[in-house]
Amino acid sequence: MRMGRCLRTVSVIVALSLSIISSQGQQKRTLTIYAATSLTDAFEELAAVFLENHPETDMVLNFASSSKLAAQLLAGAPADIFASANSAQMDLVVADGRISEGAVQSFAANRLALIAPADNPAEIAGIGDLGSKRLLLVLAVTGTPIRDYTNAMLASHNDEYGDDFAKRALENLVSEESNVRQVVARIALGEADAGIVYQTDVTDEVRDDVIRFPIEDRHNQIASYPVAVLDDTALPELSEAFIVFLRSDDGQSILGAFGFCSPPREADEATAEPRAETGQDNPIVNETEVAPCEGLEAES
Amino acid sequence: MKVWKLKADKLLLVAVSAFAFLLLAIPIFVLVLSGLGSRAWEGLPESSSILTATLLSFASTLAVVCLAALLGTPLAYVLSRFEFTGKRIVSLFIELPIVMPPAVAGLALLITFGRRGFIGAWLADAGIVIPFTILAVIIAQFFISAPFYIRSAQVGFSSVSAEVEDAARVDGAYGWQMFWYITLPIAWRALASGMILCWARAVGEFGATILFAGNLQGRTQTMPLLVYSVFERDISAAIWTGLILIVLALVALFVSQWFAATQDRLD
Repeated sequence: MRMGRCLRTVSVIVALSLSIISSQGQQKRTLTIYAATSLTDAFEELAAVFLENHPETDMVLNFASSSKLAAQLLAGAPADIFASANSAQMDLVVADGRISEGAVQSFAANRLALIAPADNPAEIAGIGDLGSKRLLLVLAVTGTPIRDYTNAMLASHNDEYGDDFAKRALENLVSEESNVRQVVARIALGEADAGIVYQTDVTDEVRDDVIRFPIEDRHNQIASYPVAVLDDTALPELSEAFIVFLRSDDGQSILGAFGFCSPPREADEATAEPRAETGQDNPIVNETEVAPCEGLEAES
Repeated sequence: MKVWKLKADKLLLVAVSAFAFLLLAIPIFVLVLSGLGSRAWEGLPESSSILTATLLSFASTLAVVCLAALLGTPLAYVLSRFEFTGKRIVSLFIELPIVMPPAVAGLALLITFGRRGFIGAWLADAGIVIPFTILAVIIAQFFISAPFYIRSAQVGFSSVSAEVEDAARVDGAYGWQMFWYITLPIAWRALASGMILCWARAVGEFGATILFAGNLQGRTQTMPLLVYSVFERDISAAIWTGLILIVLALVALFVSQWFAATQDRLD
């Protein structure tokens, strides 16, 4: 009797899991997106909206530093779309042959921000303090896009704070985190005194725990985000549809709500380098309401 | 018919076993072969990070083993000799780090010894900040690996029968004397094997270290942290560090198994 019930339970569980597996395999198509850590919140929202319009679809979002994602893609990890925080990591995948050069498009831009814990234990007043005070500085690990932008931004301050400003600032470095959100976490926890992140990383969850210091436009970097469909995707149309959505007015306004700005002028050139001094009359892609990155710091 | 069935069973058994073995062994072989095949040693001199991380790992794990011997031995002795209420709970807490995810341990350490932590805030007032220092590395490794030593030492002490100690006591040995001349000489193999397991686990510690101590070359970057931080931009450094770690693990396994075998022969 008991044996019979047990068997029945097992068979029900097996049947259920089989039906789940088969339904996934037959009806639902799963779109796998590799995206830079800084895109986490925006892409979760974008995916939710995209899924509403594509009910027969499932989405898997894999967030990590763009350099980790590129390494995974080079090692053959299966994915349909790669969204990177700089062109360098995208170029690695293009050079490897998994993405064709013409497939790469810009879809967003970002800027850097200096953050400190809300109670500002090191009494930081601005970026200059990174080179003049003893403090606990946390940055993302060498090789990640945010670290490349950060190094360029620090070096750009050398004419203002002395030739070895960047070097002095890096002497305060106490930890290299594997992605930019871990830098935010260290600051929000109050374990370190200062960190450099993207302006979009100060999300609602941490807004009360950190303070943000502006970085002057002429020193700040414009992080340009390229996206592309992988050549070996099994879902080329669906992947393309997501990228069209990403660059549409709706997609751009979601990205704008999370603090991203519209891609810089070189929007359609995959090789566009981040530049601080792009022109004022930037043509806004798809005529979205999202502002370009220039002059944002002045507003906030 | 019966013979056929037996053969089929045996075949299945062998096939599954072989599959399981290959699943475990192939990745190690591939790592070794790719380290040697890609001529990774040519990139070696450029990566000073390997040397730095190796030295840092040796320094921190040496401290961990000393700490484990110093603090863990009395604890293991107490657990093997005395009965007291709450002993089961004490044992449970000691063994918990063996099975709990190291990342959880790192988080617990951070909110305890971090600058805003339960104890750390008080230390910070006194001017002591533990995270991002080698002290944090040692604490993280100790937390995860000391239980391996304590457990092994406890088993070792328990194998010294009460009669032997009683006889020694009758002959006038007590306290330190008895521990040094009677208990330790009998139990030392278990202690040594536990110490090696503790050391090996400390060398491999990753999750608790990166969460609690952070990650910076020459400061808190141990060998496993190096593997994780450089594999996407310096694969040869990652592979070489991986090879060193595998060799260390093999040596630790051989030595601890040798101790266990000689102990068995004595028993």
